[in-house]
Amino acid sequence: MADSTMSETARVSPGAPEISRLRLPLHWLGVTPFFVFALVFLILPTVGLIAGAFKNAAGDYTFDNIIALSQPKLAAAYWVSIQISFVSAILGALIGLAMAVAVVRGGLPPWLRSATLTFSGVASNFAGVPLAFSFIATLGRLGVATILLRDIFGINIYSLGFSIFSFWGLILTYLYFQIPLMIVIITPAVDGLKKEWGEAAATLGATNWQYWRMVVIPVLWPSFLGTTVLLFANAFGAVATAYALTGPSLNIVPIQLFAQIRGDVLYNPNLGYALAFGMIVITGLANLFYILFQRRAERWLK
Amino acid sequence: MKQGSRFWAWLVFGVGTTYFVLPLLATFEFSLRKRRGEYSFDAYRSVFGDPNFQATFTYSVVVAVFTILLGVLLVVPTAYWIRLRLPHLRPVVEFITLLPLVIPAIVIVFGYIRMFGSNSTLPFLATARGTDALLVIGYAVLALPYMYRAVDTGLRTIDVRTLTEAAQILGAGWTTIIARIILPNVLIAVLSGAFLSFAIVIGEFTMASLLNRPAFGPYLQNIGANSAYEPSALALISFAITWGCMSLIQILSRFAPRSANRPN
Repeated sequence: MADSTMSETARVSPGAPEISRLRLPLHWLGVTPFFVFALVFLILPTVGLIAGAFKNAAGDYTFDNIIALSQPKLAAAYWVSIQISFVSAILGALIGLAMAVAVVRGGLPPWLRSATLTFSGVASNFAGVPLAFSFIATLGRLGVATILLRDIFGINIYSLGFSIFSFWGLILTYLYFQIPLMIVIITPAVDGLKKEWGEAAATLGATNWQYWRMVVIPVLWPSFLGTTVLLFANAFGAVATAYALTGPSLNIVPIQLFAQIRGDVLYNPNLGYALAFGMIVITGLANLFYILFQRRAERWLK
Repeated sequence: MKQGSRFWAWLVFGVGTTYFVLPLLATFEFSLRKRRGEYSFDAYRSVFGDPNFQATFTYSVVVAVFTILLGVLLVVPTAYWIRLRLPHLRPVVEFITLLPLVIPAIVIVFGYIRMFGSNSTLPFLATARGTDALLVIGYAVLALPYMYRAVDTGLRTIDVRTLTEAAQILGAGWTTIIARIILPNVLIAVLSGAFLSFAIVIGEFTMASLLNRPAFGPYLQNIGANSAYEPSALALISFAITWGCMSLIQILSRFAPRSANRPN
């Protein structure tokens, strides 16, 4: 305690540089546990994996593992993962935006807005194994909606080629947490559209369409793009939902990696590290773009 | 024009609501079908009566409590210290707390398995207790972004500097200041972070499964592979738990202190 008062005076009075130099390390003591924890349990394990991706079994540096990612099975896994994440992110973003605009600007009763936001908070965290169960009970081969569609409307979606265990089934399931996440993140941006802008546009004689095209869309665009890449990263890293839905059969990166960690199915640990490295690169890039877009978006939200 | 836009708003809202409510209703209906020919709560009875359910659920609750304790111990002093003394480090700390959103959980746990094996300097994985501890640590890392944000938002609403100086004048040491002055003032924020952590941790599958721990998430997955109606009951139970945590956060936020620099 005494040292804190000392360093306080040291900071304000330039006449005591000696003390401030002596006291500086003590300042850091307060955050040391956090930095040590982050280093040992977050940064070092990740850096270790990345380093492993560039080594061979003997420990020599090599690009072989990265090159080996292009083998057909792994390249296909990345491609399917990217497609699923991309489609679920775009659809989630568009539908989420439409719902956010509907509850904020659509003239719906105000309680619907808070109900929607509360539900979105819940549903965006309702990912994983239970979500997969819900969709199997709904749209599985014997799911409630499947049976209803067959018996009442005469539409057998499974004979039409749909399956909850397929590409589109997975996307339909992912949307259950992607749309709410979009609603949660984009609603403040939609709120940021000031009423005055609409009135100003109307005063200048703009039609509704012109107001949307020249005011609303340009203002929301960075937030929209930013959140879309965030949804992309969100879907790309999701393991549990896909695993519970399709088992180890679906060829996407997280499931390949899961199988590799469980039992070295690639027969090359370093190739497993490369697989993980590829995931970090993709989610890292997505988050980088999110930060860049968000910075642009904040201009309008002051 | 106004009428038209309201029609579209209702349409979008209606379609969206159908998509979100239908799976819940369908899951509920499915979960009642265990007894042939009539609706019953047999699936729920069988779930709650299953000793594995009780064991894994208890295990996950204990892990969640330890995760929250570790998270609070790690985040509250750090966020406080950053506000009080090292504001220039804030971007660095914020960046670190966001990393778990960038690095997928499966990659983090892969790194653990590689780094903390039985032959390493920190052989967490050599014993079951050690692996439990590693799971708690992994969950604390996953919850870090949410915990840090919640606590930092709470700290923003109080005057950290004045409180600290007042406590110091009265002769309080650092432990007293953090435990008896700062923590009670940000308690509501800490609890929000805690409930969110709980919601994330309780049914987590990837880390628990890859570390081979008898947690609720792997149990869920196993039930899903082996029975028909119980998974639906479990899905609704999980949804109710998530819902409960989020509702508690909302209720708590009503008691949160408001100040001029409160962000929302």
